[in-house]
Amino acid sequence: MNGHDFTLAGARLVALGSGALFWPAQSLLCVSDLHLGKSERRARLGEPPLPPYETRDTLERLEVDLKTTRASTVICLGDSFDDSAAAQALSESEKLWVAALQAGRRWVWIEGNHDPGPVELGGTHLFELPLPPLTFRHIAQPGHSGELSGHYHPKVTIRPRGRAITRPAFLIDSDRVVLPAYGTYTGGLRSNDTALQSLMRPEALAVLTGPVPHVVPMPR
Amino acid sequence: MRRLPDKFQHWFSDRGWSIHPHQQEMLDHAADPATLLIAPTGGGKTLAGFLPTLVELSEHRRDTDTIHTLYISPLKALAADIKRNLMTPISEMDLPIRVEDRTGDTPASRKRRQRAAPPDILLTTPESLALLTSYEDAPRTFAGLQRVVIDEIHALAESKRGDQLMLALSRLQALCPDLRRVGLSATVEDPTAIAKFLARHPDPCHILTADPGPDPDISMLDISDATPPWAGGGAAYSIPAVLNEVKRHKTTLIFHNTRAQAEIFFHNLWLANDEGLPIGIHHGSLDRGQRERVEAAMTRGELRAIVCTGSLDLGIDWGDVDLVIQVGAPKNVKRLVQRIGRANHRYNAPSKALLVPANRFEVIECQAALEAVQAHDLDGETRGPGPLDVLCQHILIIACAGPFDADTLFNELRTAGPYSTLSRADFDDCLAFCATGGYALRAYDQWQRLKQSPDGLWHLRDPRSARLIRMNIGTIQDTDTLKVRMRRTRGGKPLGEIEEGFAASLTPGDTFLIGGQVVRFESLREMVVEVSRDKGRQPKIATFMGTKFATSTQLSQRILQILDQSDWPELPTQTRDWIALQNKLSQLPQDRRLLIESFPHEGREHTCVYGFAGRNAQQTLGLILTKRMEELGLAPLGFVSTDYATLICGLEPLTDPGPLFDPDALRDGLDQWLAGNALMKRTFRASATIAGLIQRNTPQARKSGRQATFSSDILYDTLAKYDPDHLLLRITRHEAMRGLIDFGRIEQMLARIDGRIDLRRLDRVTPFAAPLFLEAGRTPIEGAAQERLLAEETARLMETAGLTGESLQSPAPQGKPRA
Repeated sequence: MNGHDFTLAGARLVALGSGALFWPAQSLLCVSDLHLGKSERRARLGEPPLPPYETRDTLERLEVDLKTTRASTVICLGDSFDDSAAAQALSESEKLWVAALQAGRRWVWIEGNHDPGPVELGGTHLFELPLPPLTFRHIAQPGHSGELSGHYHPKVTIRPRGRAITRPAFLIDSDRVVLPAYGTYTGGLRSNDTALQSLMRPEALAVLTGPVPHVVPMPR
Repeated sequence: MRRLPDKFQHWFSDRGWSIHPHQQEMLDHAADPATLLIAPTGGGKTLAGFLPTLVELSEHRRDTDTIHTLYISPLKALAADIKRNLMTPISEMDLPIRVEDRTGDTPASRKRRQRAAPPDILLTTPESLALLTSYEDAPRTFAGLQRVVIDEIHALAESKRGDQLMLALSRLQALCPDLRRVGLSATVEDPTAIAKFLARHPDPCHILTADPGPDPDISMLDISDATPPWAGGGAAYSIPAVLNEVKRHKTTLIFHNTRAQAEIFFHNLWLANDEGLPIGIHHGSLDRGQRERVEAAMTRGELRAIVCTGSLDLGIDWGDVDLVIQVGAPKNVKRLVQRIGRANHRYNAPSKALLVPANRFEVIECQAALEAVQAHDLDGETRGPGPLDVLCQHILIIACAGPFDADTLFNELRTAGPYSTLSRADFDDCLAFCATGGYALRAYDQWQRLKQSPDGLWHLRDPRSARLIRMNIGTIQDTDTLKVRMRRTRGGKPLGEIEEGFAASLTPGDTFLIGGQVVRFESLREMVVEVSRDKGRQPKIATFMGTKFATSTQLSQRILQILDQSDWPELPTQTRDWIALQNKLSQLPQDRRLLIESFPHEGREHTCVYGFAGRNAQQTLGLILTKRMEELGLAPLGFVSTDYATLICGLEPLTDPGPLFDPDALRDGLDQWLAGNALMKRTFRASATIAGLIQRNTPQARKSGRQATFSSDILYDTLAKYDPDHLLLRITRHEAMRGLIDFGRIEQMLARIDGRIDLRRLDRVTPFAAPLFLEAGRTPIEGAAQERLLAEETARLMETAGLTGESLQSPAPQGKPRA
């Protein structure tokens, strides 16, 4: 599998180049910050109409990851929808698509700051999910360990021979993993931002997403 | 002939002046719907433009507060300068005329007052005018408007700013049907094109041409003592000679093609300036305060020389310049002539100018430019119809001002010169884009931006969105720049701006030049580059602001004509010998043929393509050819381009160029491969920003300064994947024909050579190819190579940190408290 293997609190995990995290022992796939329906929400707020293809694109990529990993459990780590109204505004075909992806799997929507309320779609809604030795929640809580979270949309810039290459990235240390945003229309927060600096241990690593995941010490 | 009123007669005669013939003609044509004046710098052009206004306002006292004349200039500074110049005759003749300017720098309180009580003459810029037309009270603001004077229209006619201006005028003309238009232009190759651009379609436009004055006294710097290098653009070899010229003249303007070259040259000039002559530097990336200080010193006549770029191209009067030096090949004859016009602002005195070639090939280009200036053969690219991204923005601006009818708007748009051939289909596409996004997938129509009411009029669904639209008016693309400041405990001195891409390539300790001083990069803090003074004399990195002009088609053509001789007595000896050697060892590039050289050098195979298509097109050609060569198994490693050739380095020799230059295959390269290229994405970003899909300014961004926005590249990729025929992608492909990608020049070259390709297989580097090995800026092949680079760099970083990818498998030390 195209991924970076590592261990968190004794659990062996794989950071995939797509931005999803796979836990083979549990056959569990975790994705964060899908932000489905972003273009609908922006248009609703009177902003320029973005190309309305991000839900389709995000689901296509998720479908590929599900086929490759054959995961039996899917955890969406919050901000799965740009807001609750965006979830309701998904087209019928997109809702059916989500239902098809959910068929035969355990599916958990973790609550995010963008999509607090429950949605009509199937699956379980939880504020957070403890699956010892790991805990899944949207926003990292300092002081905890074995924690998987999203929210920050971390990205990393490195400069081979003066050329800047920026990619969404996993941030990994011995306590936690912060997942990159999986949604197609998502920006990022640089890993050298103070929020991420104070959250992550000094020896933290970053795994850049892309055709092949690349590992670097987390840029500070 | 219309007689000048006595007051004006006396004013002229009191100063010992008489009215210039073209000023009188402007007065005679004052009632024409459109007039274009072509006059050299210093020909009393501005007064000619304003004279009818001053006469009308002095003869007819008006009792209402209405704008009589609108003056539009491309530069804010020019508006301020004109105001000063205009106040002289007004106050000396004691005319009852109120003049005010309005630009982005005008305080909000005065702007409000101007809308309530407009001045007689309002001086403004295209962007400020567009903003004024977006207000609901625009009909009241402009009621009674008689004349509009557009200064430096030749510069505006070359850019989207001009297209936007003409759209704004179409709106003004609908509000004020009797509005008369006047354009003031420097010497141009095709006055009728500018006249057509200016006039309300299909009105006629009278063209007045002032006496161009004597031919300029222009020559190449005598380089018999110092030989220009084979490559590069610094022209450091010429410093002693240039300094000598500065000493012999009162005030010298030293023009450069790029800001980086201006910085390096200024730095070297300063190091050689033993007598401590007062010399300044002026370019668009410098801090405004610093620029204004230089401008003020210049106006007071305190500077002996000023090293500058295009930021001094337009007609601000900087005082008594008696010499213009152009360092580096001029690339474009028209711009050269306009620059030369900056010397000797006295009518009927010849301008004096020197050309300084920066390398050996530029010697030929300078010679070609000299001949073109002597032959009055100016160059220019026809621009084609007005771009649709600007039109989209205009539709949004119209919607801000109030409900509109689509048919009426369509007819109004077609009165603007650049849009006179606009098709209804294109207009409908633009309207659909503004209203719904115009996507093939019709989603959430209830939220569309523009809605049609039952009476058929279009209006903003949410009137609050007008604010966002107004905040983003304009077509100028500031490449993302970061401010540079001296590091200090509190707010260090601002020095200027550098490109974000350049800033990203810096690591702490790197030194570079800005504003003529060497500084050391310290840190990037909240989007400000902090630097400290560096004692060193040589900066480690000297380049920023990569804007590079491409040599014009006409000038390239002249270069080929110069090469098409048996000897070159007009050229300096070293250059003459160099060309002769090329002719002997290989062959010279020819007008109707394409020369390709193939030779081994230092264990690598090289292919040199002499396309003479200009730097941008040669760069694009390099991108497409290397992709094709990769497919053909020739293993290209990288390439470098100049205005006349592309040199590709690889592992296998090229033996059959035919398949590479098949026009259809090259066009496929543009469609398929370039589609994923960074330049295409940059082009898309510019158009998407102008069309209003991406916003540079949002109230949130202004507040927080940081917003998790996603890049326009994602939008481009998404559209390319799901909606390849979308309006914005059509615009992007169209824009790729010129500008940074300049595929139009490749098409021209293909038409010119028409399959006549000479492949020369040689055993070593040729005289013409040699300088290309010294050119900076080699482009490595992207794609797989980028992943390889990334892998190398990440491995290196991990090793430096003493880590391997597996090292975090050990559990955390127990009980360690977290901060």
